[in-house]
Amino acid sequence: MSPELKGFILFSVIKMLIVFTVMLVGVALLTLMERKVSAWMQNRRGPNRVGWAGLLQPAADGLKNILKEETFPKESNRGLFLLAPALSFIPALMLSAVIPFAAPLRLNFDDLGQEIARIPLVGHVLGAVFHAIFGRVAYHGMLPMVVADLPVGFLFVLAISSMGVYGIALAGWASNSKYSLLGGLRASAQMISYEVAMGMSLIPVLLLSGNVSFSAIIAEQAHSLWFVGPLFISFFIFLISGFAETNRLPFDLPEAESELIAGYHTEYSAMKFSMFFIAEYANVVTVSAMVATLFFGGWDIPFTRADESGTWYWVVLSHLVFFIKTFFWIFFVMWIRWTLPRFRYDQLMALGWKVLMPLALAYIMVIAGAIYALQHLMGITSVTTRAFALTVISLIIGVIMFWLLDRGAIVSGSESRRQRLEPDPVRPTFVGRDRGVRAAS
Amino acid sequence: MAIGVKVMTRPEREVSYVRATFKGLALTFKHMFQTKVTMQYPEERSTRDDRGTWTLSPRWRGTHRMLTDEQGRSKCVACGLCPQVCPANCIKLVPGEDEQGNRYPLIYEIDEFRCVFCGYCQEVCPEEAIHVGQHYENSEYSRGRFVYDLERLSSQTHAVSTLWDPTDPRGE
Repeated sequence: MSPELKGFILFSVIKMLIVFTVMLVGVALLTLMERKVSAWMQNRRGPNRVGWAGLLQPAADGLKNILKEETFPKESNRGLFLLAPALSFIPALMLSAVIPFAAPLRLNFDDLGQEIARIPLVGHVLGAVFHAIFGRVAYHGMLPMVVADLPVGFLFVLAISSMGVYGIALAGWASNSKYSLLGGLRASAQMISYEVAMGMSLIPVLLLSGNVSFSAIIAEQAHSLWFVGPLFISFFIFLISGFAETNRLPFDLPEAESELIAGYHTEYSAMKFSMFFIAEYANVVTVSAMVATLFFGGWDIPFTRADESGTWYWVVLSHLVFFIKTFFWIFFVMWIRWTLPRFRYDQLMALGWKVLMPLALAYIMVIAGAIYALQHLMGITSVTTRAFALTVISLIIGVIMFWLLDRGAIVSGSESRRQRLEPDPVRPTFVGRDRGVRAAS
Repeated sequence: MAIGVKVMTRPEREVSYVRATFKGLALTFKHMFQTKVTMQYPEERSTRDDRGTWTLSPRWRGTHRMLTDEQGRSKCVACGLCPQVCPANCIKLVPGEDEQGNRYPLIYEIDEFRCVFCGYCQEVCPEEAIHVGQHYENSEYSRGRFVYDLERLSSQTHAVSTLWDPTDPRGE
């Protein structure tokens, strides 16, 4: 094995361990954050008994879930019932592998053991031990701060995220319970519907960056504008689809408590239930990180290009920036949850298929046309000018879109929608205050 | 039209859900920084505090208390009215009589598990001996401990309930 390959493998393993650990611990802390945010928004305090300010609450919950009894419904399909939590858990965690969490780090050494030996006091021993175990480890160039810097990172995310629906649909089916099945059915319909809008909404991102790798998308944003401006409509559609994909309120129909008890995970207990929970929060993290990466420049620090230099402090700083951006969107997801009520099922489907999908398709046409016009007809080659021009176009479309959306045409009551389409010749009139008696029909 | 549903035509600012969403977001965000109303129960008791928020109502009907006279004997004369009126049948009373012909309870037990805390016993008591009190922390390690005998009822020290007075419904 060449020293370079050893370096690559070593750093990949380190990145994997870090990302995996941070993801799991972060998800555990997010459950606490969700409870805290919900409590604050309801003028309560939230969990504050276990540990300082309740910080150990996730650990207590985890311990409880491990010690709890595993229940198996008598008529359930045992194999699939066991498989389903894993099927929703694994894709959720896999997604974190391809999202860049900091600027690339410039590394340049021929022998890592010698570098370690330079650490004062203990370095000598550590260096020798390292050398004895790994031999010569070298690395030259920029180390991408992502577990797998896939050239198809973006497609990977779309492909894997759509696998999450298997876990939920199988959980619903294998439980052999009517509530679970209804939850599973709703989940599959909802996630497949919004997958379409989500995928369509991201095409303009590809058109603008000309690449499907996350690194290239971030680089393009760093060189021009963050895509939230030029591709505002895409951002809007992606955000809504993201909510629907993660089954978060206002799209939590698969687990609508008031209708379906707990939906697809009604029959699950202990750690298996916990795995669905972890998957949900991991998906929230992924969607937030995706929004931050695709539309808010990822780890890009605005107004400076120094963050691409690869010096270690810029890498740390860029990671902080990425963290803040992601964290804001995670908070936003929770914020929305405690603000908006749940959609009705027909509203959900109408929004997905009748609004977001055509909107995304039309937007692809507009962006593609605009890029062509700017580049070939008007001869603009500067990406920044192009981004500004697209921002203006997007804002105009955005204003029109919100004006139309605001007319109540999409998610209003079905009755008023029907009336708008075919006005009733005989309007019902009320006689008296309480008795809904129609005068003529 | 299947049923006579009157569809209101409302002004746009009332039906605009984009605006409503932003309004809702602002509202929930504002609430995050408001004073928390949670009472930190074991540390913060339902007694008087500076804010005077968590005071227990003087009419609260909780754990029973038997009042005693100056010699430390219970005021109860074992008339039998409280077991008679008790809707939950939780009072056990065996009356006794001393040499002077004074009646007193030989056994007086209240099963706090059975009790529905209606306060009838206090209301019916001619000697104002048995009372329900402003106290609610009754946890024990065994079920048997929930049957309070006379000694235990007499040794309670919490304030007694004022009950509801029909001539003074607001408690003024």
